[in-house]
Amino acid sequence: MGDILAILPQQLVFGLALGTVYGLVALGYTMVYGVLFMINFAHGEVFMIGAYIGWGVLAVLLDWSVGGLHPLWVLPLMLVPAMLFCGGLGMTLERFAYRPLYARGATRLGPLISAVGASIFLQNAVMLTQGARMKVYMTNFLFPRDWRFDILGVNISVLVIVMIVVSVLLMWALVVLVQRTTLGRSIRAVSEDREMAAVMGINVGRVVGMTFFLGSALGGAAGVLIGLYYTQIDFVMGYSAGLKAFTAAVLGGIGNIKGAMVGGLLLGVIESLAVTFINPAFKDVVTFAVLILTLVFKPEGIFGETLADWKKV
Amino acid sequence: MPYSFPVGERWRRLLPFGLAAGAVVAPLLAPNDYVVGALARICLYALLALGLNVVVGFAGLLDIGYVAFFGIGSYVYAFLASPHFGLHLPFVPAMLIVAAVAAVSGILIGAPTLRLRGDYLAIVTLGFGEITYICLVNLDRPINITGGPNGLIAIDPPSFLGYVIQGNIQYYYLFLLTLGAVLLASLRLRDSRIGWAWQAIREDELAAGAMGVNTTVSKLQAFAIGATFAGFAGGLLASWQRSVFPDNFLFHESINILAMVILGGMGNVFGVILGAAIIVSLPEIFRDLALYRLLAFGGMLMVLMIFRPQGLLPARWPFAAHAPEKPEPAGAPAPRSAADD
Repeated sequence: MGDILAILPQQLVFGLALGTVYGLVALGYTMVYGVLFMINFAHGEVFMIGAYIGWGVLAVLLDWSVGGLHPLWVLPLMLVPAMLFCGGLGMTLERFAYRPLYARGATRLGPLISAVGASIFLQNAVMLTQGARMKVYMTNFLFPRDWRFDILGVNISVLVIVMIVVSVLLMWALVVLVQRTTLGRSIRAVSEDREMAAVMGINVGRVVGMTFFLGSALGGAAGVLIGLYYTQIDFVMGYSAGLKAFTAAVLGGIGNIKGAMVGGLLLGVIESLAVTFINPAFKDVVTFAVLILTLVFKPEGIFGETLADWKKV
Repeated sequence: MPYSFPVGERWRRLLPFGLAAGAVVAPLLAPNDYVVGALARICLYALLALGLNVVVGFAGLLDIGYVAFFGIGSYVYAFLASPHFGLHLPFVPAMLIVAAVAAVSGILIGAPTLRLRGDYLAIVTLGFGEITYICLVNLDRPINITGGPNGLIAIDPPSFLGYVIQGNIQYYYLFLLTLGAVLLASLRLRDSRIGWAWQAIREDELAAGAMGVNTTVSKLQAFAIGATFAGFAGGLLASWQRSVFPDNFLFHESINILAMVILGGMGNVFGVILGAAIIVSLPEIFRDLALYRLLAFGGMLMVLMIFRPQGLLPARWPFAAHAPEKPEPAGAPAPRSAADD
């Protein structure tokens, strides 16, 4: 027991770092759910593709032997292309895989199956173009292993701090965008009442597209961070990460931006507790159990409001 | 009439019998044993697809962790008829227990999800599927229950009163017989009170409840019956392979089975069997393109949902003509199909 308590703070730090990234991915689910009331099942794959883009950029930069460049410069060079590409990918998915369905009046099953199809398609497209083998992130060149602090016996690496800072910055930017800008107001209006928003002159199609762009861009950034953290990526990584992020979104209250962040943190901590106190092999079982228990006992999540009947789960 | 069939109504009614006769003689015409094995696999997957069709097609509950029941069925059969626990139950009682365990697990998984609809239900069933898989892989320690990643081997073949089934062709007929029984059961269920209750729930749960359908019981029945069919298929798989491994029950199997149901036409039992035949045989035919199979699957799911959400065969073909579609008034929402909730 003493051993377990000794590693707990360390595990909690990992849990917090992963939790903020889960929150980042969860935002993608929650924003799309907010405007369309559908689960973008392919979001995990967008996240995975983000990780691949970051890996590609890093490999190219190292090829040009700019390894000496300060990480503060390299990281944005990885994040920005990943975010732009994933954002574009999200918009493309919405335009071609989902819009034809919901424009026809299809409500739930159709778009979900289409999203499952998109998810399988993207996974295999990456496998066929990039190979099935794992790709190794050269994290060491950016954040050497010895860049770490010891605080009360807990090892906190610079990378973990960077993950948390980048995630929090992106979340803050999103909140500002949603609360302060015209686009944000449109997004809120569309998620409140799509038809009324259209009547008030909001271009709903464009707003939904932009929502997909924003959510997917955050997912892409999360992919880069997770790639740096785990140092290994493969084409199926989006599946379990997507499920976890979705769990985080449900835990916090789907459709709620604040909820997604808190849900992500909470899930990261729960997972680290599961690794510490239960068997690491059953960590995903704990995640799914949290998801199922939340849906059964408090389907509106921590911050979710009571939804109108037609919006309910 | 979008789905007019070039032959008359009477011939249309005879078609299923013709297909059944074709299925009986098919392995005799097969060029080699490999093809017979593939035909047996088609029957096995058709069995699974019919089970999922009860849940997704009839009752409209999207289950994307369906392979869990397949796995439970396989492992329960393996527990009952292999040296692992030293049990060697005869085939029929073992299969009855498998069916019972599968039905109970269907109810256990169905019960907490009753309040959920559509996409949430899908995610929760997916979670259950993953939990099942993780348990199968990891429950070899501290007590060896599932054999872990190595699975269970030396499973007894099916035997009836001392006659042991062996060879692909005999398995094929065993599977075909089961498939026939499950097909008839599906048709009878569809047209029974339970079946009508499912279809009412699929179209509008609130209205179904208001009309006196006990939605809780009906949904649990759908889960239990769907799980039973999958349990049967699982037991048959275990006895055919003579071994079971966790990797037989990965998530993409769930998607495969779902793709069969959707491709054939949700709710149409013949369509579902057609879907199983297509999806099992396509990779055999396009062997060189095996790598692209899943890519094509994903693309197919998207394209189907966009252009033909009702699948290849509409819901009640060939026994009832589909009502002609009325021209929609401009701006009105399109009629909802079974795929739309």
